[in-house]
Amino acid sequence: MNTVANNLSAGLFTATELTRKKLLTQKIVGIIFGLMVLLILIPLILLVGNLVIKAWPSLTWDFLTDVPKSGMRAGGIWPAFIGTFYLVVFSLLASAPIGILAGIYLNEYAGNNWFTRVVNLAVVNLAGVPSIVHSLFGVGAFVIFAGLGKSVLAASLTIAIMTLPVIIVATKEALSAVPMSFRVACWNVGASKWQTIRTIVLPNSISGILTGVILEVCRAAGETAPIMFTGAVFFKHVQRGDLFPYHPGEQCMALSYHLHTISTQVPGVPEPMLYATAVVLLGFVLVFNSFAVVLRVYMRNRKKW
Amino acid sequence: MIVGLIYVCGVSAIIFVFSIFYFVWREGAPFLYDCFDFKSFFTSPEWYPTSVGNKRYGILALLAGTGSVTIVAMLIAVPFSLGTAIFIAEFCGKKTKEGLKIVIELLAAIPSVVWGFIGLMVMNPIIVKLTGAAIGLNALNAGIIVGLMSVPIIVSIAEDSIRAVPDGYIEAAEALGATRWQTVYKVILPAAKNGLLAAILLGVGRAVGETMAVLMATGHSINVPFSAEFPYFHALDSVRTLTATIAAELGEAPRLDAGPGGIFPPEGRHYQVLFVIGIVLFAITFFINITADLIVKGIRNKQ
Repeated sequence: MNTVANNLSAGLFTATELTRKKLLTQKIVGIIFGLMVLLILIPLILLVGNLVIKAWPSLTWDFLTDVPKSGMRAGGIWPAFIGTFYLVVFSLLASAPIGILAGIYLNEYAGNNWFTRVVNLAVVNLAGVPSIVHSLFGVGAFVIFAGLGKSVLAASLTIAIMTLPVIIVATKEALSAVPMSFRVACWNVGASKWQTIRTIVLPNSISGILTGVILEVCRAAGETAPIMFTGAVFFKHVQRGDLFPYHPGEQCMALSYHLHTISTQVPGVPEPMLYATAVVLLGFVLVFNSFAVVLRVYMRNRKKW
Repeated sequence: MIVGLIYVCGVSAIIFVFSIFYFVWREGAPFLYDCFDFKSFFTSPEWYPTSVGNKRYGILALLAGTGSVTIVAMLIAVPFSLGTAIFIAEFCGKKTKEGLKIVIELLAAIPSVVWGFIGLMVMNPIIVKLTGAAIGLNALNAGIIVGLMSVPIIVSIAEDSIRAVPDGYIEAAEALGATRWQTVYKVILPAAKNGLLAAILLGVGRAVGETMAVLMATGHSINVPFSAEFPYFHALDSVRTLTATIAAELGEAPRLDAGPGGIFPPEGRHYQVLFVIGIVLFAITFFINITADLIVKGIRNKQ
């Protein structure tokens, strides 16, 4: 806490008029900033609460596992839900290895020079490119140039490249949290650089890397724009509860795209269904994100150095 | 072997950024070579890419739409984000700080399509009721939504730059008897101002590039919401942004190959011009990110 305030409360000094005025300003400013925080948070909580309340009548187990019926106006969201799962898994298969290795490169191998700076800048830029431009890239590169057509594969690869920076940055941070002395000790017993990374650095940073992977899952599940033209489809016939309905070479439904289409392009969808779809998507993302938060807190408490 | 792989993956980010530019350019290039008119493209508000007799490709109205949403978003996001960042960094206890950071992280995780849904279903009637506007899907609605979406990125970068102010500065100020607020106002903010500027820039980049939320919340009508007379800016007008235009129209624009003699059929131009808009968006965000990076690196070198 502030020294002036401490000394005053300990009775060390008597406050002058000026000091009292200054402290009053400080208190007022602190309250104003606190109010600003509340002004952002309260509407947010109200919004999310509102979503859940309006979705409640439709939020049943059946809604999750049933297929859409009568032109999306009844039934459930199973094909979209499992489609999102497909996209997440495939994009993770592509982006996790590349992202983790890139993070290792940036933290362990890259020197402190202009080239590393360019690589870092490229990572920032990759994260900053608008999602719809990623979508255009996916169309140009995967759908047309690579000849994948509109498919689960093309959509997942587009998402993978878009979410790559999440994993790169998380890996980089996790690795840089491992103390240098660990590496030095390992080198001194004769281990090579890669042996050190594999046996010492990675095991000590695995939870941080895992956090990055979980965050990537959140991003991948929520993205809509990148899959709109690369693989998401309005409707696909799927058996109720079928776990493997899609082939990687064909298009699939996705929760995010489904929410977009039923709320803007299908007239007459009952409101609770719309809200329920939004809540399922939101819930999926927030639950996974909470995993990441819990993991990080757990890791911080367990850290021995 | 594995080390070679690490090097390849390490530079993959550069490869991907270049290939994004290359492939978007590749699809849009025929339009740029054949019928791109720099002046009318950027200064004409007439966007009629599917007109049968007279196709016109002017993106001024779309630029104005993106601009108006970004302005409203920043008017909301900048004060609140900087306020929150200062509160988190300097005015609250450790427990509150941890809690707020988690909430802000969760805020960042909300998918943009859910934000768009909130704009469409929740904000829309509220805005109609409060302002009496005919329709609640407009620049104000999208601006509020995008503003809330940019809060997390601005807060996290602003807080980083506040925390990066050397402890010595703060201790020196306190030794002189400054209160916390005086320290913040006279010492921390001036010392962190480049980082704060970079945070705002990245927020702008986020707002310009946002797609799904603005597609669903702007009302999607081509309109320049600015005027020469008072009130200059009509936040209650429906607008359409660059990103939303691509998202809404690419599905209906056919990709047609060149006919005999390498001449593209006019119906295929729509598809190409959407990729040209993609190039424009890429250029805008690229410029913003580079600038923000230079500003941040600038301070780091000075210290």
